[in-house]
Amino acid sequence: MTETVKVRIDGEVIAATPGQSILEVARANNKYIPALCYMEGLSSVGACRLCMVEVSGVARLVPACTTPVQEGQAVATSSPQLESYRKIALELLFTERNHVCSVCVSSGHCELQTLAQEHGITHARYSYNFPRLTVDTTHPRYVLDHNRCVLCSRCVRACAEIEGAHVWDMAGRGIGSRLVSELQRPWGEATSCTSCGKCVQACPTGAMAEKGWGVEEMTKQRAVVTRLTSMRGGL
Amino acid sequence: MDKVKIGTCWLDGCSGCHMSLLDIDEGIVAVLKKADIVFGPLVDAQEWPEGVDVAVIEGAVSSQDDLKLAQTARARSKYVIALGDCAVTGNVPSMRNGIPTRKLLERIYIEGATATPGVPTDGVPGLLKQAGPLHEAIAVDLHVPGCPPKANAILMVLSELLEGRKPDLGSKLRFG
Repeated sequence: MTETVKVRIDGEVIAATPGQSILEVARANNKYIPALCYMEGLSSVGACRLCMVEVSGVARLVPACTTPVQEGQAVATSSPQLESYRKIALELLFTERNHVCSVCVSSGHCELQTLAQEHGITHARYSYNFPRLTVDTTHPRYVLDHNRCVLCSRCVRACAEIEGAHVWDMAGRGIGSRLVSELQRPWGEATSCTSCGKCVQACPTGAMAEKGWGVEEMTKQRAVVTRLTSMRGGL
Repeated sequence: MDKVKIGTCWLDGCSGCHMSLLDIDEGIVAVLKKADIVFGPLVDAQEWPEGVDVAVIEGAVSSQDDLKLAQTARARSKYVIALGDCAVTGNVPSMRNGIPTRKLLERIYIEGATATPGVPTDGVPGLLKQAGPLHEAIAVDLHVPGCPPKANAILMVLSELLEGRKPDLGSKLRFG
């Protein structure tokens, strides 16, 4: 018999497998917790802070994607406080870089844009940072636009964990963090890149896209990443 | 009862939001039964009048003229709507913000000019250092994003305001 733990999510008692995260258990039971950096089939890093939840008896909020379920845990997936923090996190993402939806290949298919709409964000309450960022077009098939990157690191993990190439990494710290390919070599010159495109499909925004698409035309096949892990027995 | 006075203007934008406003088609008849458009590109008035009830402002605040018009509209209007992504986020006009204005103008009007190179100064307002959203220049009461906002969203907003209710964009909320 498989060992199970019983947790309570939004009042409902749910049997879960030890080692599962709160987010995995919630989603498997049709309870919605927003998330941006989480992707089923990749490891979880707790970068975006959108999946923060309240756990009774714990004074601080915890990220649902990196917190394992525990026997007797009582989780609240939404509350006025959580909603307020999620909005803050989203508005800060919008103001940190230059997210110009109207000229983006992913507009209409973008996870950041969808989350903003779901959370009723009509404008950002913080000043825009308007950084000057580059666009790497050196790869023959793909393009990387740092203006649209939210540093979720899904591309880094898809490349390292599934393709096994580990082309991508994060350089710099804090607001100066940048996604880099092969120790700052342009993407087109990265010899370890197999051009498989898993990073592009994993990207939640228009930061990574296939070349040749116009505004609103790039749809991502995000299920590919999850399916590959599943086929390899990783889920 | 006096009709509600609506003023509209566009700052640094493409006029697409005003096009979308016109796209409410016959909806305009219902709006104009209760309201008059007293200022804007669609009417003749030369100056933003006093006592406007609803100001509908399209475009980012990008030049000294934009800033002045936004401030006048704010001072003379009860309720200000930021219409469209440029007014709400800075949008496309803000894509110049990483480049110093002098360099930008020289690149376009001197390096990029094939005839009579020179940065124009006569009859054009000075550019602000950055093009920004309307709410960073003046207080805004309602944000209606979209590039442009859909006609049915604009009609809903105007209809709700004319009924004395605060509009809730709900599913009509969309950036881009």
